[in-house]
Amino acid sequence: MFVRFAPALTIAALIGPIAAGVIGTLLPAFGYFPALAGRHFSLAPWHALFASPGLVRSVLITAFVGMATTAVSLTLVMAIFAAFDGTRQFRIIRRFVSPLLAMPHAALAIGLAFLIAPSGWLVRIAAWAGAPIERPPDLLIVHDRLGLSLMAALIIKEMAFLFLMVLAALPQSDGSRALTLARTLGYHPAVAWMKAVLPRVYPQIRLPVLAVLSYSLSVVDVALILGPTTPPPLPVLVLHWMNDPDLRLRFLAAAAALLQLGLVVGAGLVWIALERNIISLARPWLIDGQRSGHEYATKVVAGAAVIVTAGAVLMLTTALTLWSVAESWRFPEVLPPTLTLTNWQSQIGAAPTPLVASLGIGALASGLALVLTVGCLEHEVRFGRRVTQRALWLLYAPLLVPQVAFLFGFDVVLAAIGIDGGFGEVLAAHLLFVLPYVFLSLGDPWRAFDERYRWTALCLGASPSRVLFRVRLPMLLRPLLTAAAVGFAISVGQYLPTLVAAGGRIATLTTEAVGLSAGGDRRIVAVYAILQMLLPALGFALAVALPSLAFRDRRGMSTGA
Amino acid sequence: MKTIEKREGLVLEDVRLVVEGRLLVDLSLTIGPGEIVTILAPSGAGKSSLLAAIAGTLAPAFRLSGRMTLDGQRIDGLPPEARGIGILFQDDLLFPHLSVGGNLAFGLPAGLSDRVARQKCVEEALATAGLAGMSKRDPATLSGGQRARVSMMRLILSEPQALLLDEPFSRLDAALREQFRAFVFSAARAENLPVLLVTHDEADAKAASGRIVPLRSG
Repeated sequence: MFVRFAPALTIAALIGPIAAGVIGTLLPAFGYFPALAGRHFSLAPWHALFASPGLVRSVLITAFVGMATTAVSLTLVMAIFAAFDGTRQFRIIRRFVSPLLAMPHAALAIGLAFLIAPSGWLVRIAAWAGAPIERPPDLLIVHDRLGLSLMAALIIKEMAFLFLMVLAALPQSDGSRALTLARTLGYHPAVAWMKAVLPRVYPQIRLPVLAVLSYSLSVVDVALILGPTTPPPLPVLVLHWMNDPDLRLRFLAAAAALLQLGLVVGAGLVWIALERNIISLARPWLIDGQRSGHEYATKVVAGAAVIVTAGAVLMLTTALTLWSVAESWRFPEVLPPTLTLTNWQSQIGAAPTPLVASLGIGALASGLALVLTVGCLEHEVRFGRRVTQRALWLLYAPLLVPQVAFLFGFDVVLAAIGIDGGFGEVLAAHLLFVLPYVFLSLGDPWRAFDERYRWTALCLGASPSRVLFRVRLPMLLRPLLTAAAVGFAISVGQYLPTLVAAGGRIATLTTEAVGLSAGGDRRIVAVYAILQMLLPALGFALAVALPSLAFRDRRGMSTGA
Repeated sequence: MKTIEKREGLVLEDVRLVVEGRLLVDLSLTIGPGEIVTILAPSGAGKSSLLAAIAGTLAPAFRLSGRMTLDGQRIDGLPPEARGIGILFQDDLLFPHLSVGGNLAFGLPAGLSDRVARQKCVEEALATAGLAGMSKRDPATLSGGQRARVSMMRLILSEPQALLLDEPFSRLDAALREQFRAFVFSAARAENLPVLLVTHDEADAKAASGRIVPLRSG
């Protein structure tokens, strides 16, 4: 029964909130919002929007950060693959990427701020090493006006995401054989990768690249922690206006949210146009027979990207850990003189609510997403319809439509029909962003399952649901738990969905960490950031450990069948 | 082991299988109880698709027409689990998450609900296959020949009314192949099952010593 309706339920869970939310944004943006006495359509919100100071600069900064982040992270990931695919170093890089992807954006941004701020760890280390620094240099590094530190944090995270997307696309495009073939034809590794593998991989990572673009244009939490403030990027402006005590600003905010949507659509179109141009420019280059070129430069750039990223992540994690156990840590001390657990006891021991909320929401959202995903995939098996390209766009919808463009609207619509969301609304909002990742994570291993196991079991007289629960799900336990852990990590990292859907009434580790990051006690912020990192890591550790434990006497299950 | 009853075996009437406008199979065939019929054809000719059509696991891309009955009962249109047709593939497909005994118990009908009786059936099946006492073993620790025999016993325990063999001998090396072939054929004859064997190996066909039919009788 459930399997039959799973696709419809999933589509409803994906599209319902977005559609309702866009409507709930669209109407107030044109003056219609009965709850706030807006009963007539008008362009007044737009006049107000365009009259607000700093808007143009805010839009330009947002566009710059979004486009540059996407271009740089994509270029670096391609360079890493071109330089290292198939080498020994590549395996080391691979092992490093998954934990990086599991690290919540906010935690990484907070850690980066602790590292690069004028009073941060890097400056302290420089002072310790003998540089003549007595006071924190008077520089605007965090919250810099061009959004460079914001971009740095985003690039680190988006590189990890794109790296894994390319990795997933490689087998389908027969990448390793194409690479070998090109090399036997005399092409040097990097050129071989760019000419023989990339043209086949790119079409498959196009949606992820557009998702990165949309995300970098619309990110709120990282922008609050690291982004410029005068004026802030557009999505942060929307958040400020939405949360302003002066409710009349809601109209203005809705218009700005719609502008944000337009910005994402526009940037997406520009990106696709650029893509086309580059593809047509590159076509003669693909077949000009040149077998080498820029090998060394590619290796240097890619190597530097890997080393800087890895170094930054290791150092910022260390800095966070030190801050969380520091009793006091004054500038320019390179290490805290005394360590203590007081910060942990005072925050988590005394008030574990945010931790419990993160755990509960994450577990429920990823559990629900897993049930829906399994339902959809089993529907595919039983009714024989594969996911089409159009369905894939549906799956990516929550990742392509900017969060600020519909989350507030969703809340407005729910309030208008008398549902005061609370926990259920938070869950629905989280599910929306967890579902795509769970689906993408489980889809490939599910479809790679040898269907003859299913046929054998059916022919032995087992009913389809018995086959599902006794054969397929146990055999796929490893990818199932991995998908759940991915979903859990995504949920733990969500900032805006929790904030908007809960109306500030539910605090999670992420909302606390982001909320405290502006001027809060570094030691306490660090505790939340570290917990934010630990929770997803714990999820992944369980996803590895549980199947190994459950199947410790089953050698055939050790590779995850 | 089966009581004698009125059995007509597996009957295919005008079974036609079309994929993308191409006629793969056109066959009328009766296989009596205890009889082994072989279809000898090269790989890719549609042998496996014919077996999938009979078992009920055919992919939706295929168009199937005709009638199929087993012991007088119409089976086309029934879901695979209700057809009473057992199938053996090239690979043993033992469930890697279950023990050897667990695999066999998976085959046993749920109607036999007494735990002790189920375990007894499993032990007997293992003894028949020369694997006495291996119930708790991990299937991954068995040899290829042992695994093949477990998969056959799992099938027999599910009490099928007909048996389909999809080149089940081709993965085994020569000596094992002969042994396993004899094991499968004698088990099928002991149960008086109609057997349809598809293979590209003439030695299989010879060993089956039954009729050989083409995929398209025209």
